[in-house]
Amino acid sequence: MVDTLVVPLLKIIILLNAVLVAVTYMVLLERKVIAWVQSRLGPMRVGPYGALQPIADAIKLMTKEDITPTRADRWVFTASPIIVMVPALIVFAVIPFGPEVELFGRSVPLYITDVNVGLLYIVSIASLGVYGIILAGWASNSKYPLLSSLRASAQLISYEVAVTMTLVSMVLMAGTLSMVGIVESQREAGLWFAFVQPVAFVIFFIGGLAETNRAPFDLPEAEQELTGGFHTEYSGMRFALFFLAEYANMIVISCVAVTLFMGGWLRPFPSVEALGFLDLVPSWIWFLFKTFVFLYVFLWIRATLPRYRYDQLMHIGWKVLIPIAIGNVVVTGIAKVLL
Amino acid sequence: MKIEAPRPMFDTSELVLNMGPQHPSTHGVLRIVLRLDGERVVDADIVVGYLHRGIEKLCENRDWSQIILLTDRMDYVAAASSNLGYCETVEKLMSVEVPRRAQYIRTILGELQRIASHCLWLGTHAMDIGAMTVFLYAFRERELILDLFEEYCGARLTYNATRIGGLPLDIPPGWDKKVREFCHIMDSKLGEYETLLTHNRIWLDRTKGIGVIDGPEAIAMGLCGPTLRGSGVPRDVRKDEPYAAYDEFDFEVPIGTEGDTYDRYLVRLEEFRQSLRIIRQAVDGLPEGPIVGKVPRLIKPPAGETYHAVESPKGEIGFFIASDGRSTNPYRFRVRPPSFCNLQGLRRLIRGHLVADVVALIGSIDIVLGEVDR
Amino acid sequence: MGEAVIFYVLSALILGFAVLVISTRNTVHSVLFLVMNFLLVAMLYVLVGAEFLAVIQVLVYAGGIVVLYLFVVMLVNLKRPPEVHQDPRRQARLGLAVAGAVLAELVAIIVYSSASPAAPAVAAAGQTVEGGNVEQIGWLLYTDYLIPFEVASILLLVAMVGAIVLAKREL
Repeated sequence: MVDTLVVPLLKIIILLNAVLVAVTYMVLLERKVIAWVQSRLGPMRVGPYGALQPIADAIKLMTKEDITPTRADRWVFTASPIIVMVPALIVFAVIPFGPEVELFGRSVPLYITDVNVGLLYIVSIASLGVYGIILAGWASNSKYPLLSSLRASAQLISYEVAVTMTLVSMVLMAGTLSMVGIVESQREAGLWFAFVQPVAFVIFFIGGLAETNRAPFDLPEAEQELTGGFHTEYSGMRFALFFLAEYANMIVISCVAVTLFMGGWLRPFPSVEALGFLDLVPSWIWFLFKTFVFLYVFLWIRATLPRYRYDQLMHIGWKVLIPIAIGNVVVTGIAKVLL
Repeated sequence: MKIEAPRPMFDTSELVLNMGPQHPSTHGVLRIVLRLDGERVVDADIVVGYLHRGIEKLCENRDWSQIILLTDRMDYVAAASSNLGYCETVEKLMSVEVPRRAQYIRTILGELQRIASHCLWLGTHAMDIGAMTVFLYAFRERELILDLFEEYCGARLTYNATRIGGLPLDIPPGWDKKVREFCHIMDSKLGEYETLLTHNRIWLDRTKGIGVIDGPEAIAMGLCGPTLRGSGVPRDVRKDEPYAAYDEFDFEVPIGTEGDTYDRYLVRLEEFRQSLRIIRQAVDGLPEGPIVGKVPRLIKPPAGETYHAVESPKGEIGFFIASDGRSTNPYRFRVRPPSFCNLQGLRRLIRGHLVADVVALIGSIDIVLGEVDR
Repeated sequence: MGEAVIFYVLSALILGFAVLVISTRNTVHSVLFLVMNFLLVAMLYVLVGAEFLAVIQVLVYAGGIVVLYLFVVMLVNLKRPPEVHQDPRRQARLGLAVAGAVLAELVAIIVYSSASPAAPAVAAAGQTVEGGNVEQIGWLLYTDYLIPFEVASILLLVAMVGAIVLAKREL
């Protein structure tokens, strides 16, 4: 009873809250990091060094007027922020933050569940989030959001192909679709897959930027062109949901990248005995640290690069990334058979 | 039995998209009515006039020295250039000799203004294309210039910095040293902008081959300033019809080759350097002497009319002023605003490009709506 | 018992959404109901232990194909009122006959399957054996069903090439 119901429920509650808090603080982190890049200070007024800014933001967004445009499709308009947010959260169910650990005299795995199609589960659930964006643009009954949602759907579909292709080569490497299994196979191999599969790693990262609509692929919400894109007509908490979902997706992509390419919860150089003292740091801290590094790179790129144009984005997706990804799968397969 | 011809499955129609007057990238209250096929611009109507204040008519009802204030309010990010253009026009009308020291300081102010205006252009242009950091960097340096102006005349935006026949004030003590320091800082910061943009793949993809216009067509369109020079036409009022003290300095007029957005970017970036070069020469050779020429207490130019142009950061800003010789205000006052003339080319430039290029091209021609609408 | 309840609730929902798909006037809503339908079918798969199939159902149908439907539906002018079914060439009798045939077939299937319960192949796929059903499906596809699998892939390739040729007249 305790093992089958109470522990998983507790884990779900803790994880959901942790993710939501992490997401709100991602917003603060982004503002701070970008501010530092731009030789500014960022938020400084609310709390010490702006540490309470997310709380102030949350209060502001929740107390704002919730506007539904008169000509909007009321039901779809209301549903789309939810459709965006839910997949971003339920993906966390299969992300392994650590191996099984002893906790209060009980062996508790540091993940909610480990299904044997974990990787596919993530891909398929993540592909549902695009509905929210498309429908938000359509339901607003406004031109800028419509253009933006068309961009978004085309972009997500295109880059999903490339990303899924890199995942195929990773599955070939690991021989399993289970997220825990992939980390375990990296431990057995004694090195992170990022070193074995650098091409897949880079494609995954670029595709991840595109799938989360982050700079330089943030066309769907390009403020300078489409005045905010699909969430132009949204206000208050519904707008906030789009925002939070974007950051939650960033965290998901980072977590998946860490699991697949950077050894998940494993310490750096897991096969080198001399670095055994690194095991003193708990595994989940390694995981979170690596995820943080990824998130930082996301922000760094946003502060540095200009934005691609729609046709260039499609060009990169279809004519560059997908062929390379397919080639990578073929090469991986051949190497796997020969070696 | 009559069988009707089948209806086409889909009706495609152009999407009319109203960009502005409130849009983050139209640099003010410009309105562009785009007709789109997908994301491609089929045609565009450019609607101006949202910021019209009737400055030219107002000028006809103010006396000659009050008009300087109004010229501040046209190109409000390059007020000193408009001040200079107006004062020189009246001086030409009255045949007033301006002392050399005043000419030198005017040149320094004009070039500082050019750098400040280009900083604003660079920041917003890069921001439109999505590089947000350049915006903050460029504004950081613009701030230094605003400080210099504040020290000189007390204002940070609308300077009212020249007077008919000279200047209102001599430079404060130590100001020339600060200008030299600024030149030094700016030199290194230019490299910073260039690392972020000039060889950036995305920046190249976004600006190369966008809005190409060749020299003859650019001239036919009436384009001026860096927008014209980007198309390879070496037209610069500072060189061709020198005013202030420009004939005494060494500088080059950068021109582009392709006439695309990237060339216009390179031209303006090189103009930063040339401006710094002029400022250095002017500060080094600053002559002693009075700062105001022999001007009567009551300014009343003789009857007649004249046109005089100076090179503002945006291009050739010209003033046509007619005086009837009797009243204390101009009989006719008309401005040739570079932003307005450059805006004429926008429709031609954006046709056939994508929505994302529209904002890049608005940034590329560097307009200020205060000057377009007056 | 619990599984049966879930099964019937899911089935009822699936049928309900299927009816909504064809009865809704707003095309976008209709597509949305279709998505719901696909998701519920995926849940049915999970119920019988075919996680791989469930995930693929979501990934391919809900996540991929219907997005393209939505794309098309959004681009087409929806202001036009739905067409009235008054086609003079309408063949009511033929339609009724076809419907009757399909119904008869369904009844036959139900009768036949209740006569010989639980086909062994389905049960085997449902079992969570060592390695999970992903590997089992893989084995089956690349051994017993290799030819149909490859034929299907060639068919898809041909369809893809055809679509490109149709869309882009001048290559």
